[in-house]
Amino acid sequence: MALPPAGYLDAASGQPLNPGAAQALAAAIDAGWADPVRLYRDGRRAALLLEAARESVASRVGARPADLVFTGSAAQALRLGLTGALAARPGPLVISSVEHSAALAQGDAHAEAGGEVRPIGVDRQARVDAAAFAAALPGATLACLQAANHEVGTLQPLADVVAACEQAGVPLLVDASTVLGRLDPPEGWSILTGSAHMWGGPAGVGILCVRRPTRWQPPLPHDERGPELLSVPLALAAASGLEWADEQRQQDAVRARSLTDEIRSVVARDVGDVMLLGDPDERVPYLTAFSCLYVDGESLVLGLDREGYAISSGSSCVADTRRPSHVLQAMGVLTQGNVRVSLPFGVTDDTVRGFLAMLPGVVRDIRALVQASEGGSR
Amino acid sequence: MMKADVRLNERGHRCPIPVVSVARAARDASSGTIIAVVCTDPGAASDIPAWCEMKGVDFLGSQAEPDGAMTYFVRIR
Repeated sequence: MALPPAGYLDAASGQPLNPGAAQALAAAIDAGWADPVRLYRDGRRAALLLEAARESVASRVGARPADLVFTGSAAQALRLGLTGALAARPGPLVISSVEHSAALAQGDAHAEAGGEVRPIGVDRQARVDAAAFAAALPGATLACLQAANHEVGTLQPLADVVAACEQAGVPLLVDASTVLGRLDPPEGWSILTGSAHMWGGPAGVGILCVRRPTRWQPPLPHDERGPELLSVPLALAAASGLEWADEQRQQDAVRARSLTDEIRSVVARDVGDVMLLGDPDERVPYLTAFSCLYVDGESLVLGLDREGYAISSGSSCVADTRRPSHVLQAMGVLTQGNVRVSLPFGVTDDTVRGFLAMLPGVVRDIRALVQASEGGSR
Repeated sequence: MMKADVRLNERGHRCPIPVVSVARAARDASSGTIIAVVCTDPGAASDIPAWCEMKGVDFLGSQAEPDGAMTYFVRIR
């Protein structure tokens, strides 16, 4: 199979096209270029291909085809999902404090418009307490919870929250971006969102599933095309990418788990003054994170990039806002020198071992520089 | 205001400098010493308590300053 670029360890920000998606894309651009609402042959063909893509993705995520729309990104799917549900049933929103920033921004907009938001805090592993989540549900009209945390990998207690939402009669939006194509899809949701880029489909495709009879109102005024915002060829490539990912994922998960376990133990042993983050066991197998004392995240990202390794960081100096990641803050853990490693499909042992061999020296050099500048600043 | 034996002014210094500075002060401090560090870096709210936990230092609390900075108090064991 095709391999991801050497040194690429940021699958949670997006994977390169997997072989299934890559193979489908060129053919999809040739066959599905036309406007699918037109009645002539090329338009009909685009519409047929689009429906095939919809059926394929829907069957793999446990949705009915009629309940799935393709969007321009996972963040857009989240925003449309939340806004449309709250428009159809205005009322309190229960949402964890470690959701994707797009979901939290939508929650802020709900509060600014006079709506009620009930934020649910997390423990040190970024896990919500299912009982606390359940206690906030009475009277709410929508709940929102990720399947797993995108920055530290911890799996949320989804089964318990699903049961509580069913009992309380509150629809649950599940952000499944970190798990679709890598683990079994979540069950029991009313609304589901996901990202093709994270299963090795093309960037620029999200999915939004609204399971009937969940009430949901398209938030944007729409015409005969309906609420869907999409490119037919990209949707086709996303569907083929998910098929490919689903065939690989069980084998991949076993290997990824053993590699991320190795990352955790080697980092703890060789880096020093480091805090491993997220649940060591109950986490997505391909993702892990840690924070290093006395290191700034920007130097770490750029230092590792110079050595050929791509990782992401939730440290404040990496963010445009100059604030640490809201996830790390909600967990109450060390935010400086933060590293998130997420393995793409087909990552080589050489990439992971090379990263682990390089990391302690990069950290040591940054610590020495920081100590020298700190000493010189007074 | 809580009394401190050592006061560090880290206004304007960004992560990870305030924590490095506290660690340096702690290295020379005897048991029971209270160090106060004034920070404007938003990361300090998480990182000073996290440093305390990792290094076996007591985190005593924080207090807002009139200029918007935060002071964090730690005690060497």
